[in-house]
Amino acid sequence: MNQHHGDHDHVHHGSEISPVEARVRALESLLTEKGYLDPAALDALVELYETEVGPHLGARVVARAWVDPAFRTRLLTEATPAIAELGIGGRGGEHMVVVENTPEMHNLVVCTLCSCYPWPVLGLPPVWYKAPPYRARAVIDPRGVLAEFGVTLPETTRITVWDSTAETRYMVLPMRPAGTEGFSEEALAALVTRDSMIGTGLPRALPVEPAEMPV
Amino acid sequence: MNGAQDLGGAHGFGPVVPEPDEPVFHAAWERRVFAMALAMGYTGAWNLDGSRAARESLPPAEYLASSYYAIWLKALEKQLAATGLATPAEMEAGRAAEPAKPVARTLARDGLEQRFRAGFPSSRATDAPARFALGDAVRARNIHPTTHTRLPRYVRGKRGRIVRVDGAFVFPDTNAYQTGENPVWLYTVAFSAQDLWGESGDPGGTVTVAAFEPYLEPA
Repeated sequence: MNQHHGDHDHVHHGSEISPVEARVRALESLLTEKGYLDPAALDALVELYETEVGPHLGARVVARAWVDPAFRTRLLTEATPAIAELGIGGRGGEHMVVVENTPEMHNLVVCTLCSCYPWPVLGLPPVWYKAPPYRARAVIDPRGVLAEFGVTLPETTRITVWDSTAETRYMVLPMRPAGTEGFSEEALAALVTRDSMIGTGLPRALPVEPAEMPV
Repeated sequence: MNGAQDLGGAHGFGPVVPEPDEPVFHAAWERRVFAMALAMGYTGAWNLDGSRAARESLPPAEYLASSYYAIWLKALEKQLAATGLATPAEMEAGRAAEPAKPVARTLARDGLEQRFRAGFPSSRATDAPARFALGDAVRARNIHPTTHTRLPRYVRGKRGRIVRVDGAFVFPDTNAYQTGENPVWLYTVAFSAQDLWGESGDPGGTVTVAAFEPYLEPA
């Protein structure tokens, strides 16, 4: 499974379509004609996962955990019902486990066998998560992988890699950035990146004051 | 199966290449393949484990050379042919030549969002007691089934420790072939990185896998 994007989708001229596009259209026509599929349902699925479900939902969960210690405890103890308190859940997140980063422990999530990923909180996975380089190396060289994402941890921070080999789906609860005391939940959620919930990144740094901005 | 999908620890694939501002789909056909795979899975003609088995049993060279949704497409075509829902000739033509086969259900637009937001849990009740408890030392069995399994090669034969008893779940190794959900206990097992990878392992590091009870023996 390579890392190239849309490697069969070159639209050359005008209305000409690529062989894979033609093959997929033929398949959809056939399955619709046979009554197995409703194209309107396919449209709705695409819309749901392309526009509604995404990492902004996981960011809300993280921000809530940062401001509400009782919620944080429920989230780390039994994640699925805790996440459902925010109206978030569904396919690919029926059995959620949330793992917490601390100064002593950093967590990293992978699926070496396929592409298991917590859809309801993070949406569909990016290509790199599903491609061989990450799946191969996250378990054997997590620090090397983190370095490629620009993350260097202190040597004293140990790493736990969670390989998603069953229907359990993992989300990382990153550490709340310093200097965010008094921030609203919404402002905190804006600091939470997708990668910080996979463990390949950290939350966004605070906006730099104009006076400190490099020119 | 010891196929190309079992990638943990493999060398030579190069650096991870994140794509800035990556779109959810990279081509129109990817959207349709994604949705068709989910909707056809919903018919009950096969299950998620069966889909994974179909994807990972593509020839290794083809698996590694194909993009993600190309793998989904090839597996979907394979499953349609295997179940007789569509013949290769029909798929080629894009037109039905045989009558449709009955399916248990079809995915309607109405109520779709609620169904997917509710999810499809794979936890099941079992009367069998859990064989292992939190903290138990276990060894991943050194098994090499030629059929679908979720025990990655890099932990087989290695000693680990139970860090969570997850409950009873559908057993993918049989469910993939529609020979029964066969619920078994699932455990989260932690391995020391250096037990797995020797001196190459991250010092102090841990790797966990979710392991079904038949994959484990006492250590």
